[in-house]
Amino acid sequence: MSGAATVSSSEAHKLVWEGSVPLLIHLHDSEVTTLPPPPPALVLAPRLGYLPLLISQLKPYFSTTLPPGVDTLWFEYRGLPLKWYIPTGVLFDLLCVEPERPWNLTVHFRGYPSNLLLPCEGEDSVKWSFINSLKEAAYVTKGNCKNVMNMSQSDQVELWRSVLNGNLESYQRVSSKLKLGTFEDEYTENISAVSTASQQNSGEADAAAQVKSGEQKLYVNNRIPVRLYVWTVTEDFDDLESAPQIDNWDKISYINRPVEIQKEDGKYFSLNDAIKSLLPEYFPGSSFDNLGDASTKQSVGDEGENTCDPDSSSLPLENAEIKLVRIQGIEPCLEIPFSWVVNNLMNPEYFLHICVCLKVSEANALQ
Amino acid sequence: MDQKESVRDITPWDGTLSSSDFFSAACAFSEKWKRFNAFVPPWLWVPSRKHHLLSSHKEEGYLSLEGMCLIKSSEEQESCRSQTWKEESSISQEEEAVDNATLVQSSCDEVNHYDFHIVYSPSYRVPVLYFRSYHSDGQPLPFGEIEKDLPDHSAKIRSESKWTFITQEEHPYLNRPWYKLHPCGTSEWMKLLFHGDTALNKNGFVIEHYLVSWFSVIGQVVGLKIPLGMLETLSC
Repeated sequence: MSGAATVSSSEAHKLVWEGSVPLLIHLHDSEVTTLPPPPPALVLAPRLGYLPLLISQLKPYFSTTLPPGVDTLWFEYRGLPLKWYIPTGVLFDLLCVEPERPWNLTVHFRGYPSNLLLPCEGEDSVKWSFINSLKEAAYVTKGNCKNVMNMSQSDQVELWRSVLNGNLESYQRVSSKLKLGTFEDEYTENISAVSTASQQNSGEADAAAQVKSGEQKLYVNNRIPVRLYVWTVTEDFDDLESAPQIDNWDKISYINRPVEIQKEDGKYFSLNDAIKSLLPEYFPGSSFDNLGDASTKQSVGDEGENTCDPDSSSLPLENAEIKLVRIQGIEPCLEIPFSWVVNNLMNPEYFLHICVCLKVSEANALQ
Repeated sequence: MDQKESVRDITPWDGTLSSSDFFSAACAFSEKWKRFNAFVPPWLWVPSRKHHLLSSHKEEGYLSLEGMCLIKSSEEQESCRSQTWKEESSISQEEEAVDNATLVQSSCDEVNHYDFHIVYSPSYRVPVLYFRSYHSDGQPLPFGEIEKDLPDHSAKIRSESKWTFITQEEHPYLNRPWYKLHPCGTSEWMKLLFHGDTALNKNGFVIEHYLVSWFSVIGQVVGLKIPLGMLETLSC
């Protein structure tokens, strides 16, 4: 993505906030009580939003045909119930490998699969989940969630509304008070320098000036909130159409682990480095290893089935290959500085969601 | 002092621990639990599924205690309500030994099954207790029923402390809804616990004691007691 350096931060944010997925939503057969059955609803869903929030748009299409009962909204894609707390854009990037436009989904208003999906009581549940993630992101970057807990009621309302309505200006106004900051490193300086020429905001020029010293600013402990969704294939696929279908959530490895920035002289921390640091089991040779303090690895007794004995690897090292990376619907060049990716492509709750396809050997595939 | 234990400086400990520290602490915890709890199932380490063939990271996983049965008497009055934990397999053995007369009585008793997992949170850098409950037929319990199972002081702890509340979230490894005790305050109270306990901090912070201390608080919220003998190991 060689154009990255010339897209200013504000332009990138605007593109991300305007991103949407066209959905063609069909009511499940079992809930159609009228003839002819209602046609599917065509809806433009914001990437940064969540599926249950579409209920107000969907209900009018289907209300006259639904069987009696209480609405318990849920969605599925080719038989896979969709996790409602994952942003719509991420679901699309993850499950629709060959992007389908519009994306055909099935909606249910009855028969919620509560053994599989967390309960969802409408907008309140989605809002709670969003604020909870925001607190977690704050904890990761600052070591505490005080800034989120201390938000005024009106700020909280405005923050949530701005996400609901896709209002970037309103969002920036409130979220800047949280001071969750941006990730700066000496490479961001070069990119910001290009963008500051077109910036009216003197605040950003100051930030760029501060960064010239090469310091990393505003992230405590250099931890970045990231949510990685990994699926594996055992063979190369020439085109996306022949990529295997994800029909089960067990085939996706969900990794909710912060990326720890490690600086090496003369080398900047790229997107590739970040992804590999989160997958040490597949990329053990990676120079940026994330799994904590190596000096405390010790075997504490051998308890038989209670094996707490991490013997050193005697198996051949896995030669995994990153086949596909999708963030906000784009497939960025993996050598881009991670700082740019974080600052421009993260979601409103300050998490960066990354969908990754790995090619691995048969034995190490996720079944 | 035991050579195996690793000591850290006391200050400025923030109440958190790393992923590999969690593994060490988990091993120590499960070993002590076994030692002091002869009649209760052990906590087992479950390596996370995706790593089962890559031994260099066997350390990633969680502690599991499953098949705990909560036996409640059919007494209506709360003061008479007793909470006894038994292992699933020991219950079926008992039922075989009982004659018909008492079988009729015991059929009034409900048995709720509980599974507990202790999972490390990389975001909060602390352990988190996850649990789920179901009837003998496998039907999950609604939260209202779980609340009745929890000890009386649990509600008190949860309402008084803004840090200890139960939420329902997806299990980090199992793709199913579980209940959990929210971790956002854990590092704070672990820090307070440590600094306030001279027995704990006289030797510096010892990683292997982390889960024992943590569980002495968390266990109370769900009614799992920690044997006194285990707590006493913290001061040696």
